[in-house]
Amino acid sequence: MNLSKDPLNLIITGVGGQGNVLASQLIGKALVRENFYVTIGETYGATQRGGAVMSHLRISKESPFSPLIPEGQADIVVALEPVEALRVIGQYGNPSVCAVINSRPIFPTAVTVGEAQYPSLEKIRDAIRDLAKEFWFVDATATAMAFGSPIFTNIIMVGALAGTRLIPIGKKVFEEAIREYFPEKTHETNLKAFRQGMEMTKE
Amino acid sequence: MSVIKKDAPGANELLMGNEAIARGALEAGVKFAAAYPGNPSSEIIGTLAQVAEDLGIYVEWSVNEKVALEAASAASFSGLRALSAMKQNGVNVASDFILNLNLSGVGTGGLVLVTADDPAALSSTNEEDSRFIAKLGDLPLMEPATFQEAKDMTKFAFELSESINSLVVVRSVSRISHARGNVILGELPKEQKKARYDTSKIFIPVAAPLRHLALHLKLKKVQEKYESSPFNWYRGPDKPELLLITSGSGWFYSLEAVNTLGLKDRVGILKIGTTWPLPPKFLAKHLAGTKRVLFVEEVDPFLENNVKELAADWSPEMGSWTFFGKSSGHVNPFGEINPDLIINALAKVMDRPYVPREPGYGRKAMEMTKALVPNRDLGFCAGCPHRATFWAIKTALKLDGRGGFVTGDIGCYSIGLGPAGFYQLKTMHAMGSGTGIATGLGQLQKFGFDQPVLSVCGDSTFFHAVIPALVNGVYNKSNFVLIVLDNSATAMTGFQPHAGTGETATGSPAPAIDIEKLCRALGIRVETTDPFDLQGTTEKILDLINEESGVRVLVSRRKCALVRAKEEKAAYRMRVDPEKCLGESCGCARICTRIFKCPGLIWNKEKGKSQIDEVICNGCGVCADICPRAAIIREEN
Repeated sequence: MNLSKDPLNLIITGVGGQGNVLASQLIGKALVRENFYVTIGETYGATQRGGAVMSHLRISKESPFSPLIPEGQADIVVALEPVEALRVIGQYGNPSVCAVINSRPIFPTAVTVGEAQYPSLEKIRDAIRDLAKEFWFVDATATAMAFGSPIFTNIIMVGALAGTRLIPIGKKVFEEAIREYFPEKTHETNLKAFRQGMEMTKE
Repeated sequence: MSVIKKDAPGANELLMGNEAIARGALEAGVKFAAAYPGNPSSEIIGTLAQVAEDLGIYVEWSVNEKVALEAASAASFSGLRALSAMKQNGVNVASDFILNLNLSGVGTGGLVLVTADDPAALSSTNEEDSRFIAKLGDLPLMEPATFQEAKDMTKFAFELSESINSLVVVRSVSRISHARGNVILGELPKEQKKARYDTSKIFIPVAAPLRHLALHLKLKKVQEKYESSPFNWYRGPDKPELLLITSGSGWFYSLEAVNTLGLKDRVGILKIGTTWPLPPKFLAKHLAGTKRVLFVEEVDPFLENNVKELAADWSPEMGSWTFFGKSSGHVNPFGEINPDLIINALAKVMDRPYVPREPGYGRKAMEMTKALVPNRDLGFCAGCPHRATFWAIKTALKLDGRGGFVTGDIGCYSIGLGPAGFYQLKTMHAMGSGTGIATGLGQLQKFGFDQPVLSVCGDSTFFHAVIPALVNGVYNKSNFVLIVLDNSATAMTGFQPHAGTGETATGSPAPAIDIEKLCRALGIRVETTDPFDLQGTTEKILDLINEESGVRVLVSRRKCALVRAKEEKAAYRMRVDPEKCLGESCGCARICTRIFKCPGLIWNKEKGKSQIDEVICNGCGVCADICPRAAIIREEN
């Protein structure tokens, strides 16, 4: 399958501990199976301590790219947390950017301590509508909790991305990557979570 | 199955740079690998440890970087290929040994030192450029620019090491080590090797000047090999208007900059993988074709200054060049470089305007972000034992009232410098330095110094570098309290086991060195506490600082919250009783959310009450003891 643009630049963002790295690796593995060049760069240092985190994926048929996307050059943003979508689009967005966003906030300490405001979901949605070409809000955390734990949020969001068809990878290849990545006893739940995520954005 | 031991030559795999380095070592037939964890290098040994048993190799987490390299060199002396990997700070720890090993030379088994640097100090206290060690120690140096090269260079480094009996340095950076990309796997060798020390050989640096001279001759040989190295290449027109000379992470950024600005036919890129000693003929050939040069590398102008040094010798015959880079101010001589910085540097040198995106959109996007997106400060995780210990320290020092303070060290608890640790740490330098500094502070009484001195260190740091400081304190009768923040893991770098955890790098049982017993053997008074018992811990700290003589140790022991979350069910279900929480009118000044700052506790502005975020809270129960109105309720799980 072909890319809509080469390189295709995808950013997965969220808060340290939400499983950004796992989501990026899973997507990366699926892409490599389909013979794409993939480079993944990750924010690190703050990864497990509540900081804002990003994974940059550069996807190409032609050659490998650097693990960092230049300013204004993101094509797709997958956000595991709503304001993080906005933070990333602020720096990397452009008029043709598409975004898949989990609507459950994780409040920064500045907000939990009452020093800063967390914007309402409507405000975030309005801003995204203004800045992105296409966007999807999904309640991945609530779905994950129904699966028994918020740890499934990332895999549901990978499913949501797959459902949008923004990257040229079919369901089957994703499912193979999931089977390869996770220990066998968790295959079923992860596949279910992935499929449920797909349903959330499928037209 | 771990991809790293996949016996499938030609397979195309997505590998982290550190995994690629580990795979390169395996393809070279490495038998012995040793390191102390430190980001961004940790996954090199971590990956090898996972496959060690299956592949019949030996892998250890050593107590510190110097010992790691010493242990690895023993394998080399006995004929086995060996690897040690460390972060830039680790190279400093190992440097005393490195600068003797260079003179003694290595054994018949190749010995490779991988240093993974952290430009911009994303997970470090400094952003030192460790390439200096190669020039200082007359050691061959290579820098991978791609994930494939990370593997291939590591493999070649062993051959190079054996060809000149010298330690070889491979230098990576965060954006290689901690990034992922395609790697085509090579073959895994099958042969077994017997280790034997040939007693006719000696490894000593005596007659140092002669050995120093011999080392220079070795480097001449390396230079010859480097002249035709496949790790050096040129891409661009025959006579470029500008030549970019780059190494490591700079290669992809340079390529992107040239392509983005549409300068492929005017600008060439010379990518150097063998950065010490430089291959002069190869460089002269490419410098002859241009008069303008831009250097792209991170962090220091290492390549830049070394090429300029050669160019100074050539200029009587070859004329002169205009050099751009860190000295000219076009490339930042601190922090990371990235595609934007290099695109802008190239745009400036070539006088070509660059606009990353439609300016109206860019302004709007930035403004919206600024208006709506709150910052995320670093903090301790929900349920982190360090938060509880720092709370007890803060309370004890306040109650004591003599202006006591804490000297800090390297680990997660370094965050104690900021609001998460209630600003308790006043110094932080190298591993072990907190206690070293405390031994000095504890000697100042004769100059009128009367403040209690506490130092803190993690359990892994204790073994790495604190023991000598502690011995110094006991021997010289210094006066301070060391608090060991024992969370039973090297948490900052990825939960590696260490000398105190009872487990080796490869997961087999090991003697767990008992911190309390070790301290008692030094004649130190030792107490142990559970930091989640805030009152008990505070009382113990007060009692220890009041003793006022000699070295005292408090071991504050509770497993890392992230490890607990994986291993055990949460101890409590937490909730805030909205009847009891009086919010702003309580008089507590919102101590739980505003001061204690656990991310599992939220201030609900609308309701004017605190509440628990059930997604974040991991049920440690400590906050229940913070609330003066007992509004935070612990329920047994």
